[in-house]
Parts: sequence; structure tokens; C-alpha cells
Amino acid sequence: MVSKRIIPCLDVKEGRTVKGVNFVDLRDAGDPVELAWQYSQQGADELVFLDITATHERRKTMVELVKAVARNVNIPFTIGGGINEIADADILLNSGADKISINSAAVRNPGLIDELAAAFGKQFVVIAVDTRYHDGKNLVHLNGGRIATEIETKNWIKEAEERGAGEILLTSMDHDGTKNGFDNPLLKKINDAVSIPLIASGGAGSMQHFTDVFQQSNVDAALAASVFHYGEIRIPDLKKELRNNNILVRD
Amino acid sequence: MTGIINYGAGNIFSLTAALDRLKIPYGMISKPEDFDQYDRYIIPGVGHAGAAMKKLNETGLVPIIKNLSKPVLGICVGMQLLTDFSEEGDSVLTGITPVKTLLFREDLKLKVPHMGWNRVKQETNNPLFKGMAPASYFYFVHSYFIEFNPTFTIASADYGLKFSAAIQKQNFYGVQFHPEKSGEAGETLLKNFSKI
Repeated sequence: MVSKRIIPCLDVKEGRTVKGVNFVDLRDAGDPVELAWQYSQQGADELVFLDITATHERRKTMVELVKAVARNVNIPFTIGGGINEIADADILLNSGADKISINSAAVRNPGLIDELAAAFGKQFVVIAVDTRYHDGKNLVHLNGGRIATEIETKNWIKEAEERGAGEILLTSMDHDGTKNGFDNPLLKKINDAVSIPLIASGGAGSMQHFTDVFQQSNVDAALAASVFHYGEIRIPDLKKELRNNNILVRD
Repeated sequence: MTGIINYGAGNIFSLTAALDRLKIPYGMISKPEDFDQYDRYIIPGVGHAGAAMKKLNETGLVPIIKNLSKPVLGICVGMQLLTDFSEEGDSVLTGITPVKTLLFREDLKLKVPHMGWNRVKQETNNPLFKGMAPASYFYFVHSYFIEFNPTFTIASADYGLKFSAAIQKQNFYGVQFHPEKSGEAGETLLKNFSKI
């Protein structure tokens, strides 16, 4: 059977990693390509890059980053951030990206999911969803969580799946940054409702949290940033721990 | 030198990047005269098998491909193109290998696409897998699979059912996974193919 994936997430701006990185072996902690290479050597199964560049040059910097990663790293990776149209996706695919992640743009224009799936295949289209609990409902948030919508998270994810999403990256804003663990009940609810892969995001603080999310929600992958960047959790140790808990992970 | 059959099926960049890292020389094939310059060939491919076959047909290269006697490696959809038929769009393919490409059916209760790292079990002692552990992990991403066949399947994987992770018929090889994205095991496979 397919193994559970461990995915470090790198935030990049103007081609440099943003969140502080505390790796001993890095020559340049701000270089996303070197960091990506290190993670691939440690046994990361996949990588996600979120580009938060704000300038009008953003497409050019994204393409350069994607090409540099594809040249140097031998595992799959997803790029997200500011992808609004087919042309953005096309150039990223042809620069070596395995998948693109779309968030706010898909909510504003759901037909974009259909167009992307038809043009490049479902496997290329990851729909990222930021969700926050509010008045008994989990609601979709946009623009990095700054704008609340009235859209119920499960309904939106089902719609995205029907339109042609190949994978869902679900971030619980209530859990993100807390280091108290993933939102396992929500992830289980969503995982049971979809038949495409689901990546859990938000709340990883310890190795136990990864065991918990796989055992309690059966998601396909778990994503984290700071616990990996600061060396609080080393991927080889995490995989050993997961293996000890009978969770199938790649050697 | 390896010739990559360039028929517009997307994302050749990752493949050429992997060949560059491995210092495996390559060039692009887009017309009949190009074939003679190379001693082996790769057919890449992503997306819809029927759409890929349509593009390949439009190049006019299919009759030449069918008659190649040097080693050929189809990757992912490029492998599926070597089969008779795909349930994806009920597409007629090259028919080089007499097997079918089928959809992971809903009653298997599986996530589709099959996306991620899965063990590949070697069914025979094939030079493509030389120097690898008997069940190495490779990266897959696909919704359709090639049925298991005792004659042509050289390596299998399990996802609700046993399917062909790699096939061979004479000089034609195909792998369902992406060697260019499969870490060291994938790199070993590409190196092995460059020496077949």
C-alpha cells in the first residue's frame, strides 16, 4: 500500500526562505533550494513551497525557484501562492513543478479548478483550504486567513473534489502555530468525506502529533514547517517513531 | 545517447533535470530523422492517455516507434501508451504490449489518484532494477493502471490490487512511477536504463 507522507513546508519571498531556519549543516539558511535538498536527503517524501512574494516580478521569481528546485531535488514538490490563471500554472508545470496549490483564487473563481484539471490533469491540482471554527461551523478563510467567508469547509472541499481537485491541503487556523497537535476530528470528518488524498496542516509540535493524526484521521500526508526548520523534529527520527507505531512510511 | 520523444506531453523539465544530475547525455526527438542519432529512447508523459496518444499520433512518429529495436522506456502515461487500450477516454493506444490500462474502480474504496510512495516488488531479475533492494519505494501519481500480466510485468505494486509497476516486452520497457522524482532508487533506475 501507499505510505504516509511527511511534507516540510517552506515559505519563500523574493526567492528566499522567510521563516527562520536553524539547521547546523546549511551554508545559507535562506536558500530554499539548499534547504529543500537537505530535506530530501533526510527522507522528506515531498515538499511544499508557498511563495509570498508581493512584487509584480513574482511570476519570474517563482519560475526561477521552481526550476532551481527541479534541477537539484529528486522528490516531488508543490508550489503555491498567487496562482490565478492557466498561464501561471502552465509555466510552472513546464519549469518542473509536480503540483500547484491554489487557495483564494479557487474560491473566488471555482471554474478555475475545472479548467486546470482539464488542461493539466487532476494530479497537478492541489486545493489548499484555510479553515477556522466559528459559531459551530468550520468556515473557509481567504488571503492567508485574513478574510472570513460564509462557506462551510466540508461543502467547499466536496465541490473542489467534484470540479477536479487531485488533492486537498487543509490547514486548521485554530491549530496552526499552537504546537498542540493537528485538528484530528475535523481532518477525520473531511478524510471520510473525500476520495482524493488529504494533507493535514496546522498544529504539529511533537512526533506524537504525527502519530495521532495518522491514527485518528487516516489522512494521507502531514505537513509542518517550524518543527522541521528549527530542528525540533528530525525527519529520520519521526519516521522511526511512526514505524514503531505501525504507520507505513517510506524507508 | 538517450533520445527523448518530444510530442508535447508536458513537464519534460523534471526528466531532463534528473538526466543532467546523473550526467546521462540526451537530446530531443521530434521528427523521423532524429531517431538514428540515439541508442535508446524515453517516452515521457503526463495527463490524459487518450490526449497524449492523440498528440503522439499527430507527430507521425508512431509507426517508427513500433518498429524500434533499441531500448525504449515509457514513463507514467508514456508507459500506458505502450499498451493496447486505456479505459481513460476508451482510447486505442500503440498496442506494442498486449495489456490494458484500467481505472482504479470505486468499489476498491481507495483514494484516486494513487499518489505517493509505494513499494515496487521485482517479479523478475530485470536489469532495470539492478542494484536495488527487492522492494524499493518509488513515487507514483496516476488514476489508471496497467493490469498485472505474468508475461510482461517485471515489477508490481499493490494498491487495492496488484498492478504493473513496470513492464517489458523485448526492447520496450515501461514504468508507471516517476523515476525522476523517486529519490535514489529512481536515479539508479535511470542509470540502469542508460546502460541497457
